[in-house]
Amino acid sequence: MSVTKTKKSLHKRHDDLAQANKQLEILSGGIFADGELPTFAKKIKETNQFPLRPKKLEILQINVGYMCNQVCEHCHVDAGPDRKEIMTWETMEQCLQVIKNTGAHTLDLTGGAPEMNPHFRRFVEEASKAGIKDFIVRSNLTIIRANKKYYDLPDFFKKHNVHVVSSMPHWTRGKTDKQRGEGVFDLSIKALQELNERGYGMPDSDLRLDLVYNPNGAYLPSDQAGMEKDFKKALMEDFGIQFHNLFAITNLPIARFLDYLIASENYEDYMYQLVEAYNPAAVANVMCTNTISISWDGWLYDCDFNQMLDLKVNSKVKHISDYNEDLLNDRDIIISQHCYGCTAGAGSSCQGTVA
Amino acid sequence: MANNYYDPADLRKFGKITEWSEELGTKFFDYYGKVFEEGALTAREKALIALAVAHTEQCPYCIDAYTKDTLQRGVTKEQMMEAIHVGAAIKSGATLVHGTMMMNKVNKLEM
Repeated sequence: MSVTKTKKSLHKRHDDLAQANKQLEILSGGIFADGELPTFAKKIKETNQFPLRPKKLEILQINVGYMCNQVCEHCHVDAGPDRKEIMTWETMEQCLQVIKNTGAHTLDLTGGAPEMNPHFRRFVEEASKAGIKDFIVRSNLTIIRANKKYYDLPDFFKKHNVHVVSSMPHWTRGKTDKQRGEGVFDLSIKALQELNERGYGMPDSDLRLDLVYNPNGAYLPSDQAGMEKDFKKALMEDFGIQFHNLFAITNLPIARFLDYLIASENYEDYMYQLVEAYNPAAVANVMCTNTISISWDGWLYDCDFNQMLDLKVNSKVKHISDYNEDLLNDRDIIISQHCYGCTAGAGSSCQGTVA
Repeated sequence: MANNYYDPADLRKFGKITEWSEELGTKFFDYYGKVFEEGALTAREKALIALAVAHTEQCPYCIDAYTKDTLQRGVTKEQMMEAIHVGAAIKSGATLVHGTMMMNKVNKLEM
């Protein structure tokens, strides 16, 4: 079934699914309410993994805003050019304070397109001085070619030794453009070539370039290693492009992907797939156990998905202005049925598989 | 009994066939799992063969399962359709090649 494509976010369209509580109602109702499928809480209780608790904090993920130059069909952020939620410099300064003192070894900037935040470069310059081991920017690639003011981003990334992680749903134009919009494939290829020219993604280079693959519809990703092999072969043969690792990420039933699942009548079948692929071994390493997600307005979440569902951390410390790592680490992680997306098969996280 | 012979939800029950014959069912699934492991052929090549056979067998459950499976493995629509044409060509070829039997018979019977 084909789904009508839109250039507007659910928010802009004032769609019911733009509201977190409506999404949570759907995720808790239907097949989960009538017991046809077990809730995530019930499932992890079977293996004595409830309540889910954090381990050592390793990753600070900061969402610097929901504005994006793309309107991808599967986007769980519901990002797009019409989103105005952008992190202020004041909140960034609070983040910088945290970055200087955190025990986390990875800083992960995401969005939207993080580069569209007007303070992005200043923030990267300041944050890179903090000595964080791995400094990731999740770049959608097309932003590099979107406007002249972004053309020098590859050099900027290189200067600050930023680890670039970019979405690339397929090695063919058709599949990529279908998910991410007309023309995205060609722009992404050009951007990848420019990154390669600076040394990004080359076999012995310290300039890390990883790609993120997520399925182009209502099915789960296949094995990460196999997909990486296919991507590497095709991108090298067709375009001479190299990269380091491929992260296979499962689409979670949130925001526009949830909207797509419902509109295409795939929702129940998809939830069945997630539950059937549940892997208790993945639960131990889900990213919420080693990550704190910070929203554009400074609220704290267990992960970027909980951020989009407005499920703030279950802790006395809920905002960056009150940040206290020890207190934060002593909390129960908030879960719902979307969490099945991170425990299916080999598991899924912003760093790929976990089991 | 449902009013239709095929129900997509029945595909999810496939694993339950072991309940009425555990030994044979388990042996079948062990074999099935082994067949689709990466070997001299890649898992993707095997999935494409399965997709083509699913169509020649006209098995709705198999078509459902291996369409999803090939998509998961990054197979394109063009590759999937080509695989089905291979199945269709063999199926029609298999029909047509029997025409030689008819020809033989005609040649034997006619003066």
